[in-house]
Amino acid sequence: MKTKPAKTATPKTAPRRPKRAKANADAFVLRLYVAGQTPKSMTAFANLKKICEEHLAGRYKIEVLDLLENPQLARGDQILAIPTLVRKLPMPVRKIIGDLSNTERVLIGLDLLPRE
Amino acid sequence: MPKARRQLPKAPTGIQGLDEITGGGLPKGRPTLVCGSAGCGKTLLAMEFIVRGATQFNEPGVFMTFEESAQDLTKNVASLGFDLKDLVARKKLALDFVYVERSEIEETGEYDLEGLFIRLGQAIDSIHAKRVVLDTIESLFAGLPNPLILRAELRRLFRWLKDKGVTAIITGERGDETLTRQGLEEYVSDCVIVLDHRVSEQVSSRRLRVVKYRGSTHGTNEYPFLIDENGISVLPVTSLVLQHPASTQRVPTGVPRLDTMLGGAGYLRGSTVLASGTAGSGKSSLAAHFADAACRRGEHALYFAFEESPNQIMRNMRSIGIDLQPWVQKGLLQFQATRPTFAGLEMHLTMIHKAINTFKPQVVIVDPLTSFVIGGNETEVKSMLMRLVDFLKINQITGLFTSLTSGGGPLEQTEVAISSLIDTWLLLRDIEIGGERNRGMYILKSRGMAHSNQIREFLLTDHGVELRDVYVGAGGVLTGSARLAQEAQEQAGKLTRQQETTRRQLELERRRKAMEAQIAAMHAEFEAQETETLKIIEQEQTREELLVQERVDMGLSRKSDARANKQKGNSK
Repeated sequence: MKTKPAKTATPKTAPRRPKRAKANADAFVLRLYVAGQTPKSMTAFANLKKICEEHLAGRYKIEVLDLLENPQLARGDQILAIPTLVRKLPMPVRKIIGDLSNTERVLIGLDLLPRE
Repeated sequence: MPKARRQLPKAPTGIQGLDEITGGGLPKGRPTLVCGSAGCGKTLLAMEFIVRGATQFNEPGVFMTFEESAQDLTKNVASLGFDLKDLVARKKLALDFVYVERSEIEETGEYDLEGLFIRLGQAIDSIHAKRVVLDTIESLFAGLPNPLILRAELRRLFRWLKDKGVTAIITGERGDETLTRQGLEEYVSDCVIVLDHRVSEQVSSRRLRVVKYRGSTHGTNEYPFLIDENGISVLPVTSLVLQHPASTQRVPTGVPRLDTMLGGAGYLRGSTVLASGTAGSGKSSLAAHFADAACRRGEHALYFAFEESPNQIMRNMRSIGIDLQPWVQKGLLQFQATRPTFAGLEMHLTMIHKAINTFKPQVVIVDPLTSFVIGGNETEVKSMLMRLVDFLKINQITGLFTSLTSGGGPLEQTEVAISSLIDTWLLLRDIEIGGERNRGMYILKSRGMAHSNQIREFLLTDHGVELRDVYVGAGGVLTGSARLAQEAQEQAGKLTRQQETTRRQLELERRRKAMEAQIAAMHAEFEAQETETLKIIEQEQTREELLVQERVDMGLSRKSDARANKQKGNSK
C-alpha cells in the first residue's frame, strides 16, 4: 500500500470555492484504487494530484491502493471499476470512476461543484 | 483434454430433472445464461446450482449477487433448507454482494472492470471454486455509465471465466424482443436456459426451456418446473421413452368376485386401472377396496383425493365396511387431498411425483381424474396423465384412477380421453329396470389377461362391494328387485319340485310295503296248503297200510289156505 502523506504545497492559486470547501470539512481523505501500474491508473493519479493541488491545496490526503497487491480490499469499498476514486471524508462517501480526465466531473463528484 | 471426447464434459446441477434434460448438467468450465422475467426463479436456480455443487459434488462455488445483499439472500434461501452460513464457514461457498449505486458514482473518463475481476478472482481462489454465479450482472448497466465500456468488459469477463475453467451461471432479465435486456446472449453462447412464468385460467405454471446447448443434445421442449420447500424440480417426463418393465405378477383387487372376473387373480402389477362411471356408481368404493387390500398385504398405498377430504372418505367407506383408519395409523396408507384448482397441472404432477418418491407406495389411487379438467384443458390433462402413467409404470406401481362420466355423454369415452393409456378399464354403469336404478359393472378391456365378458350386478353392502350374476333370460337382463323376484320364483319352483320328489319317494315306499305284505300273505297261504296236503298224503298212506293189514287179517281169519297162502305169500 502506497500512502502519500498529506501535501503541504504552497497555494499558488486560491481554490475556486473556498467557502464551500470549508463548509464540508477541512480534510479530504481520498482513496484511489488501481490495479497495477497501468497507463489508466497513472493518468488518474496524475490528474488527481493536479486537481487536488489546484482546489484542495493543503487539506487533502491521497491513498493509493493497488488491488493486485491487496485484492481483498475491493470488497470493502465496493470497487468494480478501475480506477476508482473514493472520497472517504468528508462524508458522505463519493465514488468517481475513470481516469479523472474530466476535471469538471471530478469536481462535481467531490462536491466541489454543484450538480446541475 | 481427454483423448476420446464423446460428449462435452458436464457439471451436474443436482436439480431434479434438469440434469436429465441437459443430458448430465451444464457445460463444464463454460458460462451458461439463465434468463427470464422477474420472479421466475433465476436466482433460485442459480443458488441451487451452487449449493448442490458444494454439498453433493464437492465443487465449491462463488455467488456474486448484484441485487440482494448477502444477508437477504441467506434468509431467502433458508426456507429451502439451504444453510449458506454453514457453507461459507466450511469454505464451500463465497458470497459477494456487489453494490452499485448510480447516484454515488461519477464517471470521469475511461475505466475498466478490473476491480470486479479482482474481486471475483480473489473469491474463486479463496475457496478454490469450480462454480460461479453472477446474479444479475445486467444491473451493472443501470449502475455504471458508458454501456460501450461495459459491453467490452463483459465480453472480457466471460472469456476470463472460461479461461479460469469455472462453470458459471449468468442470470439476465428478459427483454422485450431479446432474451435479455442487454443482449447478453450474444456473449454467452454455450448454453442458454429460458425460464417462464405464465398464468392461464388463473392458475400459474412455471416452464423451463433449454434454448441452446452448444456441443450437446438436449431436450428442446418446455418443461414445467416447480419451486417448493426442496428447491426446484423440473419434469422431463414426456421425453422418456417407452421402456418400462412389464410384470406378470398379479395384485388382488380387494373384491374376490372381481378377481375371478380378471382371470382369477386381479390386476397386473404396474398396470393402470381406470374405473369410470356416472355419479354414484361406486368408483371410490372400488378404489377403497383396492387400497384396503394393498394395506392388508402390507404394501403401501397412496390415495390422492381431489374431491373429498380424507376423513370424509374414511367415514363413507366405513359405511360399507371398509375401515381405512388403522392403515393410516400404521403408516401403510397415506392420503393426499387437495383441490384441483389449488395449483396448476404441473404443480399437481410434481406434488404427486414427490409424494410417490417419498412414500414409495406399491399402489396409487387418483380419485377422480376428471376434476382436473377445468375449461377446455383436455390436451394438457392428457399429457399430464401420460406422464403420470409413465412414471407409475417405470416404478412398477399399480395405479387406479377413477373417472366421472357425465350423464348423457357416451359411456365408453372418458372425459380426458385417456382410454388408450389404460390397461384395465372397469366400466360402472346404471341399469334402470322396473322403476329402479341398479349398478352394473363389466370389464371393458384388460390387457394381458383373460377376463370375463359378463355384466355383473354391483352391490354396495355393509361388508363391501359384492358382485352378483345378473339374471339373463328370456325377459332380458334383470337386476335389483327384478332379479330378486326372479330368484324367489326360482326358489319356489325348486321347493315344489323337491316336494314332488319326496312325495314320489313315499309312494314308492308304500307300494313296496304293500307288495311285501302280499308276498307274505301268499307265503302263508302256501304254507297252510302245504301242511294240509302233507297231512292228506300221510292219511292216505296210513289208510293204505291199514287196508293191507286188514286184507292179511281177513285171510288169516278165513284159514283157507293160510299155510299155502302164507307160503305162497312168503315165496312171493
